[in-house]
Amino acid sequence: MTKRTYLPLLTLLLAWPVVPVAGFAEEIPAAANLCLTCHQVTVESDRAVQGAPPLFYAGNKFNRDWLESWLQTPTRIRPAGGFFADHIITSEGGDSIDTASLAPHPSVDSAAAKQLSDWLMSLRPHDQLIAESSEYSPAPISPRLGAMDFVKFKGCGGCHRDTPEYGGVSGPELYTAWQRLQPEFIVSYIKNPRAWNQQSSMPDRNLQDEQIHKLVNYLKSLHKED
Amino acid sequence: MRLARNHASILAQASLMVATLCWSVLATASDADNGRILYRNNCSQCHGLKGTGKGINAPHLEVAPRNHTDHDEMIARTDEELFKAISEGGQSVNKSVLMPNWGKTLSPEEIEDLVAYLRVLCCQEQ
Repeated sequence: MTKRTYLPLLTLLLAWPVVPVAGFAEEIPAAANLCLTCHQVTVESDRAVQGAPPLFYAGNKFNRDWLESWLQTPTRIRPAGGFFADHIITSEGGDSIDTASLAPHPSVDSAAAKQLSDWLMSLRPHDQLIAESSEYSPAPISPRLGAMDFVKFKGCGGCHRDTPEYGGVSGPELYTAWQRLQPEFIVSYIKNPRAWNQQSSMPDRNLQDEQIHKLVNYLKSLHKED
Repeated sequence: MRLARNHASILAQASLMVATLCWSVLATASDADNGRILYRNNCSQCHGLKGTGKGINAPHLEVAPRNHTDHDEMIARTDEELFKAISEGGQSVNKSVLMPNWGKTLSPEEIEDLVAYLRVLCCQEQ
């Protein structure tokens, strides 16, 4: 190949638009620049550095109505921040959350929230994981048995809260899970957390579908209609 | 001539032994280093960043997490027992269900790295 044939090829390559990654929206709204500074929206990287939860599968994960509302009035979902180990003070008495290191999540106006939600809900790289997940149909569950299963038998309460006052603090609160998350996502994530997020600190408990559905039924039972 | 050749052979074998020893020491150190990272990312939420069993979740648990710096407690456990407890969970060694099974999340090599780090926590770090 001569130098003359190289030049047009090189020019073409440099001028070629960035190819969108499979499963991602082609256009990222301007307001998303705020998200990009903390969240992973294209590829996974080291969470110990990134901190904030990944958003590259937001469309597979969130309930849109909740997302749009939350972006306007965000509250803390993870008591110890995006990655707990980055927000710990150690002392003789034990570890505690370094609340001073927890930055509040920025809020946006309703127009930006709508625009961001449209974009985030278009990020669906894990449709296949959802399709492969077991079919879930909500069923009633006794609150007492559900709580016992959540805390004592499955140990979820070690890291997650099922009420604002009770449970572990390293993982996201789960008393709002039903509002925030799509049921199919919850089922699939419990089944294999690292299929979604390779940096997840949540173990795969090797649960059967029936056991997972029981936990999801309990999370549904915690949801209080507004 | 033969004597010189024997000396050279002994020297080569000794060098090989020293190199092997150095490699194994370095490999162990490296594994424990990886174990330290894995411990921070996964175990410290309950067992604490310093391994004392006082992680941020500990006050909310019904069973206190193991203190991995407790020398006497830890030397009573074999590496195989520690591996089993991490891999298959607390119930597999007649301990709490709150200690989850990590065998479907971490590889056997990673769990071995964690065991190596537990030995550093219990028996080397002050």
